Amino acid sequence: MERAAFSEASVPAFPRGVKFRFNNTKQQWVILAPERLLEPDEMAVTVLKLVDGQRTLGAVVDTLMEMITIDPPPRDVVATDVVAMLQDLADKAFLVDAARAPQAKAAAGGK
Amino acid sequence: MNARVEPPLALLAELSHRCPLQCPYCSNPLELERSGKELDTKTWLRILDEAAAMGMHQVHFSGGEPTVRKDLEQLVEHATKVGLYTNLITSGVLLDEKRLRALADLGLEHVQVSFQDTEAANADRIAGFKGHLKKLEVARLVRKIGLPLTVNAVVHRQNIDHVPDFLEMAVELDAERIEIAQVQYYGWALKNRAAFIPTYEQLQRTTKVVEAARVRLKGVLVIDYVVPDYYAKRPKTCMGGWARRFLNISPAGKVLPCHAAESIPNLAFDSVHEHSLQWIWDNSVAFNKYRGTDWMPEPCKSCDRKEIDWGGCRCQAYALAGDAGTVDPACELSPLHEATFGLAMKEASAAAPEFIYRRIGTDETPDAAVFGHHEPAG
Ligand SMILES: C[S@@+](CC[C@H](N)C(=O)[O-])C[C@H]1O[C@@H](n2cnc3c(N)ncnc32)[C@H](O)[C@@H]1O
Ligand code: SF4
Ligand code: SF4
Repeated sequence: MERAAFSEASVPAFPRGVKFRFNNTKQQWVILAPERLLEPDEMAVTVLKLVDGQRTLGAVVDTLMEMITIDPPPRDVVATDVVAMLQDLADKAFLVDAARAPQAKAAAGGK
Repeated sequence: MNARVEPPLALLAELSHRCPLQCPYCSNPLELERSGKELDTKTWLRILDEAAAMGMHQVHFSGGEPTVRKDLEQLVEHATKVGLYTNLITSGVLLDEKRLRALADLGLEHVQVSFQDTEAANADRIAGFKGHLKKLEVARLVRKIGLPLTVNAVVHRQNIDHVPDFLEMAVELDAERIEIAQVQYYGWALKNRAAFIPTYEQLQRTTKVVEAARVRLKGVLVIDYVVPDYYAKRPKTCMGGWARRFLNISPAGKVLPCHAAESIPNLAFDSVHEHSLQWIWDNSVAFNKYRGTDWMPEPCKSCDRKEIDWGGCRCQAYALAGDAGTVDPACELSPLHEATFGLAMKEASAAAPEFIYRRIGTDETPDAAVFGHHEPAG
C-alpha cells in the first residue's frame, strides 16, 4: 500500500475490504473494515456518498457547493475541510487515491 | 435489566476447535470441543440470519481453524447475502489458491493470517507444526487475488525481539494491516504463561519500535498494538465492555460475550439450540451480570474511566484474583496490581519452561488458575 496524499486532483475511493454501507436495522451509515468500524456523522456521510472511485476530490467539492443553497461558505473553506476529512480517513486506510493506485478497486458507494 | 440494549457490532463465529497447529499460546479453552459437538450448517445459516436481523455489521470466522469446515464457502456466501461483512481469521495452512478464489468470489472481504515468528524454524517450533513457509505462500495468494490482508503476530518473550522483522514482513507481503498482539493469558496461554511473558525491557524496546514504525508507515500499514496487561497501568477495554459490542459463538453453540468467558465458573451461558440470539443478548443472566457499570465495586464504581475500560477484563479478574466481579488486576488501582507486575517480572527473568502444546484431550490437569500458580509451594 502506498500512502495517499489527497489534493483536489485525487480520486478518493474505498479500497477493497472497506465497505461504506447502510445498515437497515439501525438506519445508519457505517464504514466497515476488518476489526474496525466507523459511524460517520451526517456531514461525512454526505461527502462519502459522493466518493465513487470516479469523481476527483475537486469534483466532490463542486458537487457539495451546488448542494449548499443557503449561506454557502467560500469554496476554499469547503475544499480544505473535505481534503482534511478524507486525508484522515486515508491515513486510517479507509480510503485510497484511485488516481495513484488504479488497481485499488473502488467499492460502489452505498449498496 | 429489561430495557433493550444496543445490538452488538460483530459476531465472532468459532466454527470449530479442530486445528492442525498446536500453539501453546492458544487462547482456546483447555477443554476443546470435539467435532461431533459442532453446530451443523443449517444452524450456522440461521445464526447468520439472526445476526443480520439484529443489525450486526460483521462476522469473523475463526476457531480453532475455521477452514477445517467444508461448509465455510456456504457460510461466507450466506453472510454476504444477508449483508454482513465477512472476515476470515486463519492460520492459512489448509488453504490453496482455488479455495481462496472461491471464497473471494462468494464475497469474502478480508483475510487475517497468523504467524508464529519471522524465522521458519522458530515459528514451526512454537506452532508445533511445519507451516511457516506455507503461511507465507498463502499470504501472498491472498494479495495476488486482490483480497486485503492482515498479518496477525502474537508476540512474547520467545519472538518479541523480531517485531522489526514482523513489520518488514508485513510490508513485504503488501498487507494492509498488522496486528501485534501480546499473548493474552487465557486457556492454553495461561497454562504456558511463564514461557511467554516478556521482560519489561523487551516490552519497552518493542513499544519504541512500534511507535516509530507508526510514524514511518502512516498510511502504508495500519499497526494495531496490544501491550501485555501484566505490565499495564490501566486495563485494556476488553471486547468494548462485557456484552456490549460482540457476541461470540463457540463451536458447540454456546453464546458468549467473549471467547474466553467459559473460563469463569458458575456462569451459565445459553445455547443457540434453546434461544434466539436476540433473546440471549437481551436476557442472558451471564451477559447482564457484568454488563454496564451497575455491577462494579470500588475502585471502579467511583472511577472516571469506568465507561472507558468498563473495569477491564472479567476473565482476567477471575484468573488473577479468583473473582470475576472485581477490578481487573491489570489496573493500577487494584490491590493486586503490584503483585501482578512482580509476578510478570519474576516469570520473565527465570528460564522459560517447556511448552505444553495445545491438544484435544490431553488436558489432564485442569488449571485452577489462581494467582501465583507458578510459585513453588511453601
Ligand atoms: C484462536 S485463533 C483462531 C484462528 C486461527 N487458528 C489462527 O490462529 O489464526 C484467533 C486469533 O487469535 C490469536 N491468538 C490466539 N491465542 C492468542 C492469545 N493467547 N493472545 C492473543 N492472541 C491470540 C491468533 O494468532 C489468531 O490471530
Ligand atoms: S492459535 Fe494456533 S492452535 Fe490456536 S487455533 Fe489458531 S493456529 Fe490453532
Ligand atoms: S478502577 Fe476500574 S474503571 Fe477505573 S481505571 Fe481501573 S479498572 Fe478502569
